[in-house]
Amino acid sequence: MAAGPALRELDSDGSSEELVLTPAQLLGGLEQESNLKRAKHGDLKVSIHRMEIERIRYVLSSYLRCRLAKIEKFFPHILEKEKSRAEGEPSILSPEEFAFAKEYMANTETYLKNMALKHMPPNLQKVDLLRLVPKPNLDAFVFLRVQERQENILVEPETDEQREYVIDLEEGSQHLIRYKTIAPLVASGAVQLI
Amino acid sequence: MFGERAVELVRGLHRAADGHLPPFSEDGIRQVLEEMKALYEQNQADVYDRLLRIRALRWEYGSVLPNDLRFHMSAEEMEWFNQYKKSLATYMRSLGGEEGLDLTQDMKPPKSLYIEVRCLKDHGEFEIEDGTTVLLKKNSQHFLPRWKCEQLIRQGVLEHVLS
Repeated sequence: MAAGPALRELDSDGSSEELVLTPAQLLGGLEQESNLKRAKHGDLKVSIHRMEIERIRYVLSSYLRCRLAKIEKFFPHILEKEKSRAEGEPSILSPEEFAFAKEYMANTETYLKNMALKHMPPNLQKVDLLRLVPKPNLDAFVFLRVQERQENILVEPETDEQREYVIDLEEGSQHLIRYKTIAPLVASGAVQLI
Repeated sequence: MFGERAVELVRGLHRAADGHLPPFSEDGIRQVLEEMKALYEQNQADVYDRLLRIRALRWEYGSVLPNDLRFHMSAEEMEWFNQYKKSLATYMRSLGGEEGLDLTQDMKPPKSLYIEVRCLKDHGEFEIEDGTTVLLKKNSQHFLPRWKCEQLIRQGVLEHVLS
């Protein structure tokens, strides 16, 4: 099925705490296919197509739910990152996700401020969302598969006795490594989280 | 014990003879403020944790919460919930195509296309995509498309019959 490789890309977002960018076209393509199939009536193979649509819809929904959950979980840090994004750099959020994130932040801020005003003395009213909401753990270990060979990746030492060292990542190989070390490679597509 | 230091400071002031000003305890005041700050932060964390649970309710129960849950929420929490619902609905409507994509459906991988369900309470008429309607009367059993039943199962109207 043509959606195979597209679906594989969607899976990788579940493996890390950070929000992984996926091209909007990928999503658009999947949705189009699903809408197209929905239009076929009276087809003999309609139930097989239906099953396929169900599966696509499940994977797509799962993926979007995962993104939404991450946005809600780390919202002040994600919005802070968006604010400090450079001019030409692509956003990790879709425009709709960005709108949702801002609304979520405003809603939560309003709520916490109202609670504080109601119950707390004035000198303690400042709401610091960046401190209240935990940051994503970029030190967590993740499994990855190498798509494009990478040379001289710098690995930080684990203990005081160790020194930092470099490794090469062979195409097709799999590794267990700290997310922080390979974060830019995930963004560029050179490695895929599994 | 919470507030011990603060009570100590106040007692000290009371014990002093009328008008006499006991020495200013910089340490004492600092400790009390630190305790206040810690208590405030813990309270904020608890309040925030409640918010996370309320958010989970939207995903579990849908946009209409059962009455007993509603009574457990403050007016402000209810306001937060209503705003959250709205935000979520706007976002889901924006996803591909004209009707959008309801992300609160399809929470489990599809195993079969149709499922056997039993009706737990009267729910009236229910339309399935080929145009036919089904009467969901209490205790009636039906063979229906899974995706149409998901929400009703979560709301407790239908029960998935596993043979």
